[in-house]
Amino acid sequence: MPENEGSNSSIVLRRVTGDDGAPRLTITGSCTLAALGKRLQPLSAELNNEAANPELRWDLTGVRQMDDAGAVLLWRAWGNQRPRHLRLRREHERLFDRLEKIPAPPAPVPRDLLWPITVPGNAVFLLWEHLTCLIILSGQLLLDSIYLAGHPAQIPWREISANLYRTGAQALGITALVGFLIGIVLSYLSSKQLQMFGADIFIINILGISIVRELGPVLAAILVAGRSGSSMTAQLGVMRVTEELDALTVMGIPHSLRLVLPKVMALGIAMPLVVLWTSAIALIGGMVAAEIQLGLGYQFFLSKLPDVVPLANLWLGLGKGVVCGMAIALISCHFGLRIKSNTESLGEGTTNSVVTSITVVIIIDAIFAVVFSNVGIR
Amino acid sequence: MTNGNYVIAVEGLYTRFGRHVVHENINLCVRRGEVLTLVGGSGSGKTALIRQMLGLETPAQGTVRIFGEPVHGRQHKQLQYMRNRCGVLFQKGALFSALSVYDNIALPMRELRTLDEGMIRNLVMLKLKMVEIDTKHAIRMPAELSGGMIKRIALARAMALDPELLFLDEPTAGLDPELSDGFVKLIQTLRTELTLTIVMATHDVETLVALSDRVAALDEQRMVALGTLREVVNTRHPFIAKFFCGERGKKILENNRYNL
Ligand SMILES: Nc1ncnc2c1ncn2[C@@H]1O[C@H](COP(=O)(O)OP(=O)(O)O)[C@@H](O)[C@H]1O
Ligand SMILES: [Mg+2]
Repeated sequence: MPENEGSNSSIVLRRVTGDDGAPRLTITGSCTLAALGKRLQPLSAELNNEAANPELRWDLTGVRQMDDAGAVLLWRAWGNQRPRHLRLRREHERLFDRLEKIPAPPAPVPRDLLWPITVPGNAVFLLWEHLTCLIILSGQLLLDSIYLAGHPAQIPWREISANLYRTGAQALGITALVGFLIGIVLSYLSSKQLQMFGADIFIINILGISIVRELGPVLAAILVAGRSGSSMTAQLGVMRVTEELDALTVMGIPHSLRLVLPKVMALGIAMPLVVLWTSAIALIGGMVAAEIQLGLGYQFFLSKLPDVVPLANLWLGLGKGVVCGMAIALISCHFGLRIKSNTESLGEGTTNSVVTSITVVIIIDAIFAVVFSNVGIR
Repeated sequence: MTNGNYVIAVEGLYTRFGRHVVHENINLCVRRGEVLTLVGGSGSGKTALIRQMLGLETPAQGTVRIFGEPVHGRQHKQLQYMRNRCGVLFQKGALFSALSVYDNIALPMRELRTLDEGMIRNLVMLKLKMVEIDTKHAIRMPAELSGGMIKRIALARAMALDPELLFLDEPTAGLDPELSDGFVKLIQTLRTELTLTIVMATHDVETLVALSDRVAALDEQRMVALGTLREVVNTRHPFIAKFFCGERGKKILENNRYNL
């Protein structure tokens, strides 16, 4: 068994008094980290005690094996110097020579006393930096689009279609599930209330307006921000870590044109479609619950829906989809490109990206609500 | 321990990645205290063999034993004990990118939970000095280092616990000749102080000649030669002819004839 092997070859201290009457400490056995194991702490205390006597004669010639950890153990007991009387094997001499020349560890960075000022100050600068970088990136994308309009052969169709598939088609399942459930819940709760006033019929108004105008776009945008936004940031971040971004640069392939633009365009196209899909499924969920709860027929529900929900609401929802989609892609790419080449920065960047995207989605929704407050509502 | 002289015993090892066969029937023993060098062309499975020895890959067939016990199917505690006795230098360094140089080397020491922070500080400085890294780099992050520095710091980390068994995957690739000589000296010094068993994969004939006790040559999924340098050089095989008897190989072997 390995444990036994460790202990029977471990270090042994023996105190004897020499012929000349001087105290003598002989150390035998193996003085290595593996052999010391759990005995390290008690041994360190014991050696410290012994070293208190400067006249002690240390005899290490019986040590068969010694490694750096063993040498450091003795060295620290001796107070970072050789004791006055020391005998050791030739091959172990070098270990202590090295310890004598050991450089001082780097000084820890002193704590900044002005931190109550610098921390919030830096936060403001950081926010400013993010804003300017986002504006620069958007401007770059605009320039790229103008360039591509002049050179249609260079439009990155493959990347756009791949992103369309990943962010659009593959998001259909989760958005459908969430939309359907929310539709059911909303319809169930509202119909309970409406029943009390005998206003059953208004369930169609409530569901229609709230889902088409608000819930559909916001739900879809939040799901897409969590799903596709994080993957975009992580993808760009890993490309930074593995130096793929630098490889693209030296090949003369601009990041914005080949990596960012396809993502922004694809999400700008996919997002309204996902919104449409989520709203439709949520309405179906609401319709099912209304049928069960209030006995409202599907036919009636569907025929009444266009009458009570003005078409403008649908356009508003789709418009939010386009804006949110492009904003999510832009923010995700912005954070992805800022990631530094270490894993911690990767995790932090992805978190920041998703949190910012979701916040921005809500802000965009609020702006739409204010600007179009008298559109589509009778 | 059944056969105390063998630190590693590989028996009838087959490695497959899907359909791709990397090793066919490899038999190999590593003796206590020796330096065994794995040579082979790029993609011949040197790294894969080292990963098998570490238990990072699962053999399609055959067994790998380290310190007399199979790598796979051990209990957690035994496996941990075994891992503490091994140091590994990965081909690309594999430094933790979120930790500074100092913390990278201190990490395995802290994980032991028997060393106090003062000892760890001394030990880290010793290891850094050993690989000739200046103290001022200790607080830097791995992303800010050059390739050769990453290699040397990875070596310092592999040596952090003064292992008995050291795996070195291309230790001198990416080092300039001077550092490469320094590395050879370092290993030679360490071997005089400790009983160190080393398994090393390398392309560098110079390092190979200077350090190896025995050489194993891999080619076309099989081990085509195993023995002392002299035995391997005298084996008739196209790969060995190409590896040792190219321009460079010939010159280095000339200069080191006393080793043969
Ligand atoms: N994880 C893996 N999946 C599939 N194939 C692999 C994997 N790792 C290695 N290989 C293949 O195994 C072979 C040996 O690789 P490797 O051991 O890295 O070669 P080298 O001798 O250069 O270190 C190569 O052909 C490589 O493509
Ligand atoms: Mg390799």
